[in-house]
Amino acid sequence: MLTIVPVCGPDAPIARANPVAKLAAVVLVTTVALVAADWLTPLLLLAAMLAVLPFTGIRIRPLARRLRWLWLAAAAVVAVNAVFAAEQTGRTLVEFGPIEVSSGALLAGTAIGLRVCVAATAGVLAFATTDPTDLADALTQQLKAPPRFTIGSLAALRLLPLLAAEWAQITTARRARGLEGGWNPVRRTRLFASTMFALLVGAIRRAGRLAAAMDARGFDTGLPRTHARRQHMRPADWAVIALAAAGSAAAVAVSAAAGTFTF
Amino acid sequence: MIPVEFRGYAWRHAGRRAQAVTGVDLRVEPGERVLLLGPSGSGKSTLLAALAGLLTEDAGDQDGDVLLDGKPAAEQRGRVGILFQDPETQLVMARAGDDVAFGLENQAVPAPEIWPRVRGALDAVGFPYGPDRDTHALSGGEQQRLALAGVLARRPELILLDEPTANLDPQGAQDVRDALRTALTDTDATLIVVEHRVADILDLVDRVIALGPGGAVTADGPAGRVLAEHGESLAAQGVWVPGAPLPHRPAPAPGDTALRGDGLALAYPGSAERALDGVSFSLRQGELLAVTGPNGSGKSTLALLAGGLAAPDAGTATVPGERRPLHRLPARRLATRVGSVFQDPEHQFVTATVRVELAFGPEQAGWERARTDARVAELLDRLRLAHLAEANPHTLSGGEARRLSVASALAAAPGVLLLDEPTFGQDRRTWGELVDLTADIRAEGTALLAVTHDRDFAHALGARELALKDGRVDEGAAPC
Repeated sequence: MLTIVPVCGPDAPIARANPVAKLAAVVLVTTVALVAADWLTPLLLLAAMLAVLPFTGIRIRPLARRLRWLWLAAAAVVAVNAVFAAEQTGRTLVEFGPIEVSSGALLAGTAIGLRVCVAATAGVLAFATTDPTDLADALTQQLKAPPRFTIGSLAALRLLPLLAAEWAQITTARRARGLEGGWNPVRRTRLFASTMFALLVGAIRRAGRLAAAMDARGFDTGLPRTHARRQHMRPADWAVIALAAAGSAAAVAVSAAAGTFTF
Repeated sequence: MIPVEFRGYAWRHAGRRAQAVTGVDLRVEPGERVLLLGPSGSGKSTLLAALAGLLTEDAGDQDGDVLLDGKPAAEQRGRVGILFQDPETQLVMARAGDDVAFGLENQAVPAPEIWPRVRGALDAVGFPYGPDRDTHALSGGEQQRLALAGVLARRPELILLDEPTANLDPQGAQDVRDALRTALTDTDATLIVVEHRVADILDLVDRVIALGPGGAVTADGPAGRVLAEHGESLAAQGVWVPGAPLPHRPAPAPGDTALRGDGLALAYPGSAERALDGVSFSLRQGELLAVTGPNGSGKSTLALLAGGLAAPDAGTATVPGERRPLHRLPARRLATRVGSVFQDPEHQFVTATVRVELAFGPEQAGWERARTDARVAELLDRLRLAHLAEANPHTLSGGEARRLSVASALAAAPGVLLLDEPTFGQDRRTWGELVDLTADIRAEGTALLAVTHDRDFAHALGARELALKDGRVDEGAAPC
């Protein structure tokens, strides 16, 4: 089943921030990290995010667990970019058969790995602390996104755990009919495809029923809707955006002063 | 409170050749409470969808008029509320209160009025939790009451109920009926209900309209009179007419043991409690064992373990002649030993025609061609599926799909057949067919185990009962 340990309580400061403010902060930080091609700027951004972590109300342990694959992926990015760099410059660090890694290539690879870390960490910080309903409300109210899209997505999201349960049921029902993947990869693949087909047939039928139920309750009639749950941009939310902007600018300024900044 | 009128109404769903309904002429006065009866395929649900304004121009072809308060229904969605069968696909939001608010937001109810109305509606249906309750954490009956609150909060002038309790267990259905009863005393809205289980709903309505095939009115009048005059023909069409006699198929003397469960136990991942906690039973040839108990008592888990479809944490399920416990058998061998029929027949269909579906089990088991063909022909004939041999299983009606799922589980001639809620949500006619089918299979010596809430079913077949409670055998339960 889809059970995910939340990285913060519902009353944590970051959980109460407006989702659109968090989204803007992510866009700012990520853009800077992707534009900067050096290693110092993303490192500073990462450090800045770690520095504000204690004030967000995020629980460190579930966050670390959520990010564990990221470290592995980032390390792989560093290694691949260092080994397969277009040109090896500077001091040669490793030489093993055809593999050669120079200090210049390692530094360039590290820079790319750090950028991946910044983008992913910022994304996890923002979205793992955002209730989907709040996000849909904020997108509708602050960014004027069409409710057909935001509420429609919410309704679809609600059906996801049902699909997981249905997958288990179909698999069981197929074993009862004498169908089982076993160790044969061809049979496994065919069974997977046919189970997926059965799941999709059910999902489409469900979606149709849900759409009818939503229509019956007056959804998407073209009339303006009201909002039961208000999402506001409070001063604290503007502060989140300002902080992200200031942090990004500071990171760029420091690395420029240090002479490492390139783009 | 508005009048409802069909004038020469006909509807054909886009992409279908046959008309769903034709020539419907019907008038319901403001504030009337009507029960709509008819065999499956008579278009009851189509008429409700038309009244709810859901049959728009792009969904099919319409003739005649469907009018609310003299104006086309499609233009007046805001005045109608409809409650469907399936609770899962009526809820939109993750939190209960938000879900009720959804319909009010669509109606552009001013924000300050929304929450008082949400609370009022939740109270009216006896919703036992606060508005922040996760809608996934609700039982079927609670979800359906929440969906009802979503309908009532919009203060509809016409309320439509499309078999509102058909997908619920007895307790959940009772709770929803109680909620309906209370809610309907607080409103003067016109009401139209579609429901097979007449006895459960009779005190809510004052008029009964029976439809024939195609939507023609075959009987109309006060509930008591219609049921007295047309009871027999309605029962033949699948309506559960109160007081109509039930069949009785006495149990024959059972034979040798066909399946044994010893100390079966299972806890699902992520759950501290065992869903089944050490249950032993034996099932004999030519016997029907009805596994009963409230929701969450472990009935379905018992069926899974007895069918070799999940590995128990402790204990074994075995059949004579197999040294290995059932859950260790390869699937194709398992299918020749124990057949399982699930609640949703469509999950079990794995081929494109009824004939191939029936041949599937025997072929998996390595039967010779001639033997397989003979078996398929026999099953097609016995389960009255011969005329559908080349049809796609997914296009069958509810009763046909149920018969096919039983037939396909029986195809490889297993000695044991397990049925999970075989009569769930069926109309009276299909129910009777299932009673007869079960009795016939039993008479041939097959051992049957049925997980069921349906006391009438167990009673009609003289089943032996295994009552479960909290994952254990409930020794003190009253026999059914």
